[in-house]
Amino acid sequence: MNRGVAITGMGIISSIGNNVEENYQSLIAKKNGITKIENFKTIQSDSIKVGEIKIINAIFEKLLNLPKENNYTRTALLAEIAAKEAVKNANIKDINKYKTGLISATSVGGMDKTEQFFFSDENKEKNKKYILSHNAGDATKKIAKSLNITDFVSTISTACSSSANAIMLGARMIKAGKLDRVIVGGSDCLSKFTINGFNTLMILSKTDCKPFDENRTGLNLGEAAAFLVLESDKIVKKENKKVLAYVSGYANANDAFHQTASSENGEGATLAMNKALKVANLKATDIDYINAHGTATPNNDQSESRAILRVFNTKTPSFSSTKAYTGHTLAAAAAIEAVYSVLALQNQIVFPNLNFETPITETNLTPETEVVTKEINHVLSNSFGFGGNCSTLIFSKV
Amino acid sequence: MKNCYINGVGSVSAQETSDYETFLENYKEITTNITTVCKPNYRDFIKPNRIRRMASGVKNGVVAAKIALTEANLDSPDAIITGTGMGCTIDSEKFLKNIVANDEQFLTPTSFIQSTHNTVGGQIALSLQCNAYNVTYVHNATSFETSIIDAMLMLNDDASKILVGAVDEIGKQTTEFYKEAKIVKPEEIIFKDGLLNSKTKGTSLSEGAHFFVLENEKTTNTYAKIKAVEIYDILEENKIEEKIHQFLKDNQLDIDTIDAVILGNNGNVEFDCIFNNLQNGIFKHTQQLYYKHLSGEYYTANGFGLYLASNILKNQEIPEIVKINHKENKSLKHILLYNQYRGEEHSFILLSSC
Amino acid sequence: MDNLKQELKEKIIENLNLEDMNVADIDDNDVLFGDGLGLDSIDALELIVMLDKDYGIKIADPKKGKSIFESINTMAKFISENRN
Repeated sequence: MNRGVAITGMGIISSIGNNVEENYQSLIAKKNGITKIENFKTIQSDSIKVGEIKIINAIFEKLLNLPKENNYTRTALLAEIAAKEAVKNANIKDINKYKTGLISATSVGGMDKTEQFFFSDENKEKNKKYILSHNAGDATKKIAKSLNITDFVSTISTACSSSANAIMLGARMIKAGKLDRVIVGGSDCLSKFTINGFNTLMILSKTDCKPFDENRTGLNLGEAAAFLVLESDKIVKKENKKVLAYVSGYANANDAFHQTASSENGEGATLAMNKALKVANLKATDIDYINAHGTATPNNDQSESRAILRVFNTKTPSFSSTKAYTGHTLAAAAAIEAVYSVLALQNQIVFPNLNFETPITETNLTPETEVVTKEINHVLSNSFGFGGNCSTLIFSKV
Repeated sequence: MKNCYINGVGSVSAQETSDYETFLENYKEITTNITTVCKPNYRDFIKPNRIRRMASGVKNGVVAAKIALTEANLDSPDAIITGTGMGCTIDSEKFLKNIVANDEQFLTPTSFIQSTHNTVGGQIALSLQCNAYNVTYVHNATSFETSIIDAMLMLNDDASKILVGAVDEIGKQTTEFYKEAKIVKPEEIIFKDGLLNSKTKGTSLSEGAHFFVLENEKTTNTYAKIKAVEIYDILEENKIEEKIHQFLKDNQLDIDTIDAVILGNNGNVEFDCIFNNLQNGIFKHTQQLYYKHLSGEYYTANGFGLYLASNILKNQEIPEIVKINHKENKSLKHILLYNQYRGEEHSFILLSSC
Repeated sequence: MDNLKQELKEKIIENLNLEDMNVADIDDNDVLFGDGLGLDSIDALELIVMLDKDYGIKIADPKKGKSIFESINTMAKFISENRN
């Protein structure tokens, strides 16, 4: 049987925890990480809530033993914390013993620093060192150097589905025998740029977001990073590696409907879910839990609900969006939700969809609202983004 | 490994390459430190109601994609794969400027929406109504090369027709900072003695868009075959020759069977020495070509390199203007492209004639 | 009122980059969205900001834009009734 590609390590930092264990404890305790913004000044701070990590950059720099004159952006800091945890968790001693690659994802890149000096003279001098760390590839290059990965290093940016595509490419490269091992994931920090950007679209919620609720009022932005270590069967066998779960299915489709909005019938999402099932060689009825994209915007949740109904018909499995815990962490979302999907498989638990009260009239779908223990063999995770980018990943139990 | 043929090529660059019926006929060597593209007539390619929100990079990308698709006679590819080093710089700068100028108030969505890195890929999908696989690579000077690697993986799997390309555009403020950081040369006339004889730091910044239709099957319009692509984010200088030998060996070739090598010299004295060492070493007896005196430098300038290689293999003729040295070539069978940017992000692309 | 309508047409052309259009091309009753002038949901958000910035009128729910921005006539009427 084609089990897919082995996941042998994972690492995460989000507003609900600084590592995998802390994230898991928050998830089962129904403890969210949605608060007011504290780390930087913005005039939006009283009108919105976000999933902010309450650790300032200086502390991260210390934790990572960075020299004083480093030019790490927050995206890079979060990325390195999570990537190091993943490598440690996979118990990798010599990274170059096998052909190892790194594929990361981001949408914010170094904008958190760029926005402080680009058009303001006041901060220009001390921030000049960040000119080159603006690029989306910068954080990836930094973690590659710190992990000593030199060859295949790349970065993907497909808005809010970015890290799903990083995981997908990594799995494909291992399957094709191009790499023996690959570290895949994504990182995005909060920035004034994205907060104001989403604000112009009028899709930011003033309160804790309510995914899949009839009276949902938009999303909470968040920041996070997460990485998985994927390894070939050859390594797993040779090193007697502990496998956490398998990446068994993946797909990417384009909604080709509108630059930012999803189509009403969820065309792209439906295509992505069906194709991922095909790749995994599974039927819709084999899926035990859907970790939905569920951003809590009126448009996404309607469109995704419709797509779920198209794929699963009347037999929709347990589903939930974990965005009410972490906020929408953009390019990192698929990676952190990949970690949550693996945790669901390992612990045989469905994580609740917080803040849900009333089903959407049109689609009448009710997510899980409590921590539920049940048999879970396959988890399907959705991530959709601007530009019509829709990606689906399927994770399977060992 | 299944075949990967280049069956359509579209280019918008500092040269008149969007006039796809000609090939570098009226070339002009770059003489300024900042050079924008030779603008095509956008309205011939893009509907007015779409064009109104597009910054130049997006327009150039859509035009290059349409030219490539038309040449290959393809309506809807099995995948759209885009590379961009900087993404949509113009709209990013515009939105950021408004945030600062208006203290986060009265902001409108258009420039934010257009600022995401995947705008070009998304716009191509929208205009073709194409639901296929769509991804954007954003890793500096290997963004384009990773896109081809992905495309070749897909062609080896279940796809047979793929649109792959790369775009970068010049943002005004970014350029100012690049000048300060000495990435861009300061003086206006920079290559008085030619790019190859430059003795100063920094390069000449430009922009461009290049798209290619890659297919499993050969057609009457086939330019060349892509045999292999490899990238190295970090490569010690003394290991480059070894990696080139290995790359060619993996493809059953050696240096002597390479008819031309296309190098990415960009006039930056700090890093062109990497190319110079190869020119005087491993490639001493090989026909050496360069192109950044025509394209200028940007993260995805190697798209121009592939445009050049494709045309050379199809026409079986090398334009004098791109020759570094002069060697006798009976026929042109294999071309190797080697590029690196500021000593990192090395890439090898191997092409063969058909 | 006629001045306001003229002003709105100029602003719509300018803010939404309708490069090929002149004020004379827009009739007071023309449907602005969909099959009419071809505006879409992104334009609606642009117009909401314009109302706020230029006329001091805040619209919290983007769905309300639909009826307000139906035509130049409906927009002018809404602005004259709500501006300070």
